[in-house]
Amino acid sequence: MDLNDSPEQAEYRQKVRAWLQEHKAQAPEARSTRAGAEDDAYVDARRRWQGQLAEGGLAGVTWPVDVGGQGLGPIEQVIVSQEIARAGVPGILDVIGVGMLGPTIIAHGTEEQKARYPGPMLHGDEVWCQLFSEPGAGSDLAAVQTRARLQDDGTWVLNGQKVWTTNAQFAAYGLLLARTDPEQHKHKGLTMFVLPMDAEGVTVRGLRQISGEAEFNEVFLDDVRLPADAVVGQVNDGWRTALTTLMFERVTIGLGSEGMGYKEDRFARAIAADPDARRDPDVRKRLGEIAVELLAIKFTGYRTLTMLAKGQIPGPEAGLAKVTTVNAAIAAGELIADVLGPDALDEDDQWAYMISFLPGLKSAGGTEEILRNTIGERVLGLPPEPRLDKGVPFSELRAKEREAAPA
Amino acid sequence: MNLALSDEQEFLREAARGALSRVKTIEAAREALEGGALPDLWPTVVEAGWPGLLVDEDHGGAGLGAFDAMLVAQECGRVLAAAPLLGLLPASGLLQAADDESLEAVAAGDVRPAWLPARPPGDLVEGWTVDPRTGKHRAPAPRATVDGDGVSFSGEVAWVPDAPGADLLVVVGVDADGAPVAGVVEASAARSEAVTRYDATRSLGHVTLDGAAGRRLEVTEEQLARAWYLAQALLAAESLGAVETTLEMAVQYAKERFTFGRAIGSYQAIKHGLTEVLRRQENARSLLYYAGWAFDDGPDEFPLAASAARSAAGSALDYASRQNIVTHGGIGATWEHDAPLFFRRAQLCRRLLGGAGDATDRVAAELLSAA
Repeated sequence: MDLNDSPEQAEYRQKVRAWLQEHKAQAPEARSTRAGAEDDAYVDARRRWQGQLAEGGLAGVTWPVDVGGQGLGPIEQVIVSQEIARAGVPGILDVIGVGMLGPTIIAHGTEEQKARYPGPMLHGDEVWCQLFSEPGAGSDLAAVQTRARLQDDGTWVLNGQKVWTTNAQFAAYGLLLARTDPEQHKHKGLTMFVLPMDAEGVTVRGLRQISGEAEFNEVFLDDVRLPADAVVGQVNDGWRTALTTLMFERVTIGLGSEGMGYKEDRFARAIAADPDARRDPDVRKRLGEIAVELLAIKFTGYRTLTMLAKGQIPGPEAGLAKVTTVNAAIAAGELIADVLGPDALDEDDQWAYMISFLPGLKSAGGTEEILRNTIGERVLGLPPEPRLDKGVPFSELRAKEREAAPA
Repeated sequence: MNLALSDEQEFLREAARGALSRVKTIEAAREALEGGALPDLWPTVVEAGWPGLLVDEDHGGAGLGAFDAMLVAQECGRVLAAAPLLGLLPASGLLQAADDESLEAVAAGDVRPAWLPARPPGDLVEGWTVDPRTGKHRAPAPRATVDGDGVSFSGEVAWVPDAPGADLLVVVGVDADGAPVAGVVEASAARSEAVTRYDATRSLGHVTLDGAAGRRLEVTEEQLARAWYLAQALLAAESLGAVETTLEMAVQYAKERFTFGRAIGSYQAIKHGLTEVLRRQENARSLLYYAGWAFDDGPDEFPLAASAARSAAGSALDYASRQNIVTHGGIGATWEHDAPLFFRRAQLCRRLLGGAGDATDRVAAELLSAA
């Protein structure tokens, strides 16, 4: 059991560190998403920095070489992330694109799509957003209703709405999951599209959260026209493509949980300054419990990384790490505000922001309840819950739901 | 970066499971509640080489580390096996650190040592202390009087795991200045009252030392602290094993038992309860990896890691043992069922070796000290 680098990994780390030493003066400052997203100049600076990281081989570390990546493994990706954090510079701006959407296009795209999109994505010239979730399709992603209708000339016309879209306000492209055949079972009539965000009929609107800020967006599609070659993968086989994206999402999350700042030492520092709090048994108990959870997640991360390095993709149980992290962070926010008092709720302050962000984060990526169901069924093998949507054409689903709902 | 079991560790674990499977330890656990004798696992323990797990190969041991010991402890916990490892392994670690003359006999299984647990000082609590018979007020560690290479001890240590039937006692006492002093005495030099509580698989003793004399063990204060934290990690490992068994039991039942026309496992409440057991189980497992790594490669973090493992595994077993009973409904609360045996194991574990709450407090203390 070994947390250290192998000699080859150590050599790689030194190379990465040296590059960052040489170039870090050119990096913009590292700002949290809330401060950064509103400022066009900052976004542009982040994109340029991403281009530099790509030039230096620090972006697309696990991408195949023939699309501009380094062709390396998950350990090297983690080494890069660690060194970037250590250097105090920001990482790539488009984590969603480079982490999940690019790999999806690489896996399912045509030769033309692979030649056209990954390169500019990697270099930050074009930022991407993920257009999956809808108001009526979150955890149950396959229930998307955004409709793509095939026209006589082979083009598609899209109508619908997407929600919780990160970076839509400055994205050049989106990867969009739409329903192309409602007469089929809900998983079978879906198609994935590349959507230019400046297409006519696309409207992006900020989505305000508890804190009042808009870090996410809604995206409305009104008669948006797409060419035939916008399809990624096969028509009506979009669910397979979506599963690839979700798998890369699990891998990306598995490789990069340093990001959110939910760390036991940071939480301890907030408490430690107060001598009465340090000695208070209730505070100590709560801090201890929070730290136990977060330390466990740190080592779960190392176990997951070990699996990834051996070519094993984490299964649904990997989602429990997020459950633990979010709930521990919620407990930490409660504890810190209990110790500091109302001052902690000053909305210019880091703790008020964290406290406001966490209730929504609990549902991000799928609700905790559905995740627990999924794990119970797929990992523990427990029997599935009764459901109305098996073996039924999607077009009949809403009628069934109305029948089943109490009067 | 490699945080997975090595082939040797997989083999060690499988061999342990196989060795223990030949004895009906869970049935025996229930019979023992009504005065039945527990099966003597000592021949199994010796044959498997477990007494020498932490003893170096020059003295006939396996020269392995804490994580390997934890894997064995985990297998014992799975089947509530009353193998005297919680007392033995920390003792053998100290004897090894002191290069004591008993090492070969210990590794061979000819002589069984038991460690008298003493808790190191903390950020709010001074001095080395031992568990009291009852209540929150901890007793000071036995008073040690050094005489050249010898030492004698006076005092009482309650709830000592595996004291009954031990041949040697590894004692941690304090001298007149409060500094810790370790020694090894013949068990016959002390008075040991055998006691069990609630969990008949756990052999405990109240040990009274009245000028009990023996050899001094030349070990550092850090090594004495390590023994305490190793015991925390071993207890955590046992608990993790018990969690695994209760989860398997509950999942199996949830698939078979029907109510209102469908399997109870198809109800979300049951599914969520068992997924929560899984979540806690895997968190505890990760912390055991942390403790195992820290023992060898991050000794400064070993107190934190072992305490975190104890805290997580203990609360996982508390939750799992209750969830197991509840998943079974009324039958889970009957004498003849296995679920209550794991409940009893959880209840006692929680209060041994300083108590689980103390471990959680140690985690907070480590973080606050570093902040």
